[in-house]
Amino acid sequence: MEQVMSSISLSAIAPELVLIACGLIVLMIQAVVGKRFRESYAYVSLLGVAAAAFLVLTRPGGFEAKIVEYSFCDMWVVDNFSRFFKLIVLIGTGLTLLVSIKYLDNEAMQHSEYYALMLLCTVGMMIMAGAAELITIFLGVELMSISLYALAGYTRTRMLSNEAAIKYFILGSFASGFLIYGIALIYGTTGTSQIPAIAKYLAQAGPGAGVLVMGMALLIIGFAFKTASVPFHMWAPDVYEGAPAPVTGFMSAGPKAAAFAAFVRIFMEALPSLQTDWVMVIWIIAVLTMTAGNVIALVQENIKRMLAYSSIAHAGYVLVAFLAAGELGLTSILYYMLAYTFMNIGAFAVITMLAGRGEARVKVDDYRGVGYKHPVAALAMSLFLFSLAGIPPTGGFMGKFYIFSAAVKQGYIWLAIIGVLNSVVSVYYYLRVTVAMYMQAPEGSEEVPAASALSPALIVAVAISAYGVLSLGLFPSTYVAMVKESFLSLL
Amino acid sequence: MMNAANFPILSVTTFLPLVGVALICLIPSRHQKAIQWTAFLVTVATFLVSLQLYFRFDTTTWQMQFVEDTSWIPQFAIRYQMGIDGISLLLVLLTTFLSAVSVLSTWTAVTERVKAYMASLLLLETGMIGVFCALDFILFYFFWEVMLIPMYFIIGIWGGPRRIYAAVKFFIYTMSGSVLMLVAILVLYFMHYEATGTYSFHILDYHKLGLPANYQFWMFLAFAVAFAIKVPMFPFHTWLPDAHVEAPTAGSVILAGVLLKMGTYGFLRFCLPIFPQASVLFVPLILILALIGIIYGAMVSLAQDDVKKLVAYSSVSHLGYCMLGMFALNADGIKGSLIQMVNHGLSTGALFLIVGILYERRHTRLISEYGGLMKVMPIFAFLFLMVAFSSMGVPGTNGFVGELLILIGAFQASLKFGLAATVGLILGAVYLLWTVKRVAYGPITKPENQVLKDMTVREYAYMLPVLLFIFWIGIYPKPFLRTMDASVAHLLESMHAPKTAHAFEPRPAWFQNLLAKADFQQLTKGQGR
Repeated sequence: MEQVMSSISLSAIAPELVLIACGLIVLMIQAVVGKRFRESYAYVSLLGVAAAAFLVLTRPGGFEAKIVEYSFCDMWVVDNFSRFFKLIVLIGTGLTLLVSIKYLDNEAMQHSEYYALMLLCTVGMMIMAGAAELITIFLGVELMSISLYALAGYTRTRMLSNEAAIKYFILGSFASGFLIYGIALIYGTTGTSQIPAIAKYLAQAGPGAGVLVMGMALLIIGFAFKTASVPFHMWAPDVYEGAPAPVTGFMSAGPKAAAFAAFVRIFMEALPSLQTDWVMVIWIIAVLTMTAGNVIALVQENIKRMLAYSSIAHAGYVLVAFLAAGELGLTSILYYMLAYTFMNIGAFAVITMLAGRGEARVKVDDYRGVGYKHPVAALAMSLFLFSLAGIPPTGGFMGKFYIFSAAVKQGYIWLAIIGVLNSVVSVYYYLRVTVAMYMQAPEGSEEVPAASALSPALIVAVAISAYGVLSLGLFPSTYVAMVKESFLSLL
Repeated sequence: MMNAANFPILSVTTFLPLVGVALICLIPSRHQKAIQWTAFLVTVATFLVSLQLYFRFDTTTWQMQFVEDTSWIPQFAIRYQMGIDGISLLLVLLTTFLSAVSVLSTWTAVTERVKAYMASLLLLETGMIGVFCALDFILFYFFWEVMLIPMYFIIGIWGGPRRIYAAVKFFIYTMSGSVLMLVAILVLYFMHYEATGTYSFHILDYHKLGLPANYQFWMFLAFAVAFAIKVPMFPFHTWLPDAHVEAPTAGSVILAGVLLKMGTYGFLRFCLPIFPQASVLFVPLILILALIGIIYGAMVSLAQDDVKKLVAYSSVSHLGYCMLGMFALNADGIKGSLIQMVNHGLSTGALFLIVGILYERRHTRLISEYGGLMKVMPIFAFLFLMVAFSSMGVPGTNGFVGELLILIGAFQASLKFGLAATVGLILGAVYLLWTVKRVAYGPITKPENQVLKDMTVREYAYMLPVLLFIFWIGIYPKPFLRTMDASVAHLLESMHAPKTAHAFEPRPAWFQNLLAKADFQQLTKGQGR
């Protein structure tokens, strides 16, 4: 492993710069050229995402080289770990952009702000993945969160959307407060906010003082909120239900991945010496998150809300991997988040497609008969749902296999048992959607309406997601090789 | 002639139906006949390919044959490993045979969404063959779970009035068993590493691994629950009547004929060889549950007025015999159990086909709606009687061979259990003959039954081959029994032989380590990396 130091390195933040530039360009197009070119917003943004992904991928040496490059006075790090998470985030953003185009047309909301916010949010997430310093991480969190608050309320004429934004904003601000307070306490104890320096200090100073543990606890609360873990999950169902469908898909994948990236980096790199203090807490949170998420999802009627609870449960599975730690545990987080991004955004793409104007059709019962009216969409939806349920041959299964093997290896056998039993519970509500799609006739003589948001771009997004889910499930070895190389750079 | 050693015959057998799925997808939905013929021809082709397995099978060795081994996920040492021995050979053949039969049986029963239906059946066939051929734990688990999806859709879309309940129940029951097995597989995987220093998911590697008895206990339990649900053993059987009754005919045939065998196969392939001491420990419990299943299944069958439900409960009883023979833990019992798996697939499959033929004509399954069919459908009534004979084990039919061997095995193991099991035989004769009497004999009570037509050509085409095998196994079982001799003998030998292959000295370090890690009394441990 090679370490490179430099103070200012534009190439280290090139992907982020490209995205910011694209966001600004999109805003400028609307301001200067007017709304005639509103079709171009999405494509400029997509181009930006593609360029950023290209820059992330083609850092010198590729993934095999395992170069760790610190810059900006050790506040920024480019390593495979951050690059992998940036890729996940960019995949999520790219797919969401493809899904959004027609949806925004339908809602008469094709504004450049949407795309600018989405790109800036992505930058925020990438900062969370790439920061090597607590305040920088915090800045990333805030950039991401504030963009998301606005995006959640983007369909401003819809009451539910407004409610989602307000709720998200108020609760999110609290969480940010916890985060920054935790950072302050850690800084107060260790005298530094740089992750490697904190680790070095703690390694010399021995067991942590009470204040330090307090700071760590506050950080756990902050991240538990951002990853929607029980008992800090209360915002998620309302926000997921109220936000526009493409945004819901977006926020269930990227921000969660970014939050886990920062969570892992802080806890595994800066605070490994406190592991004995956090194990029990995370154990309880993981069990609560899996169980509450899955059990409450059972009774949901609204499919977005149901997937919100499912998303909570999935955070619980990832926490199991977090707890298992070690090489297997941490790489399984990477793998799982990648698979989760594909399957969840894929599912939300189909939801967006079928939702109809003003999202009139987002109840599970509205999916009755969809299997025969839209066979391909229903097939794709089934694939994503089976993947979420963890049934082979999908990425969801390989992800769960990966996570639970890590748990078993570390001796968390009860956690693995609780986890797999939870996935049995989850099967019930995922199956409900397939039951509605294939086995139930639409109410009365009502016909299944045509898909409102069907567009070539959306088809591409669904196809990419389906490909991702299947290739992660059937031929995982290339991905596993990649996550293994990404993990090695962390420690 | 292609070189037998290099030709991946197991993969071809397994994935040929998948090719059929692709072909069917290319045919537009309106060409229903073309889809049905394609599906049928693909299943026949698969059967013909799988026959090659029988002809080329070497009966003198217990070793895996037709082995294929390719790297799949090297990071976890997961390999694509296929192979069969005397335990799986007949089950593979049964699968390919019944798949062809069941496809043929539904040409007029299922007329809606034929394309999706045939695709599901073929997908199911791939999954089932894969389960019997897989030699890698994860590959096995893959097929084991994949198979749930098409079966779920077959029951849920083309099933009877309570199909949704039955389909979801089937899925969740089966899955809840198998996830625990997944955890057990993972535990085994890491224990294997601790013991040998290499990672492997190869099933045969685990056969050589002598586990400490206290681990065997828990691992056996986790595997056994998964398989007991599938078999199904009392008290895990409640999904079965629902699924069988609601499924369309082909679904019931496959479900009874093949899916249930995966449970018994699992016991033979995993539980007995990997956890020999635990298997011996659990013998009394399993024998008692098997006996309850035999008697209880037969009693409940007696009380049914729905003929399909009757056949469904008779499966519980018959599979009880399979378990009884297997856990007699002697050569006769296990061979009887294996041949009875095939027998049950044939005779219960045939009973479901009979029920399907009746249902297609009258659209009711109530026994009281029939009566006197002998007068209008004499050939049908005769075939029904023959199949019933086979199911109750009348000499000359396949059922006799299986039950005789099982009882010989059971008597060797325990006089009490052997005696008790014979009660089940009598009950079996009672409910089957009584049903035949009520359906086929006596006066015709319903005017609708006056005009029923006897068997059609297509119905002959799928019933007669089944009957051929019923009598073949019944009269001359040797060609079937001799395939399993070597494997069963080896299985018993390895169960009773002390495990020395890996010099499994419980090295104190890893033993302590595992005790600390896998202690089931304690909730959390793992003080970090």
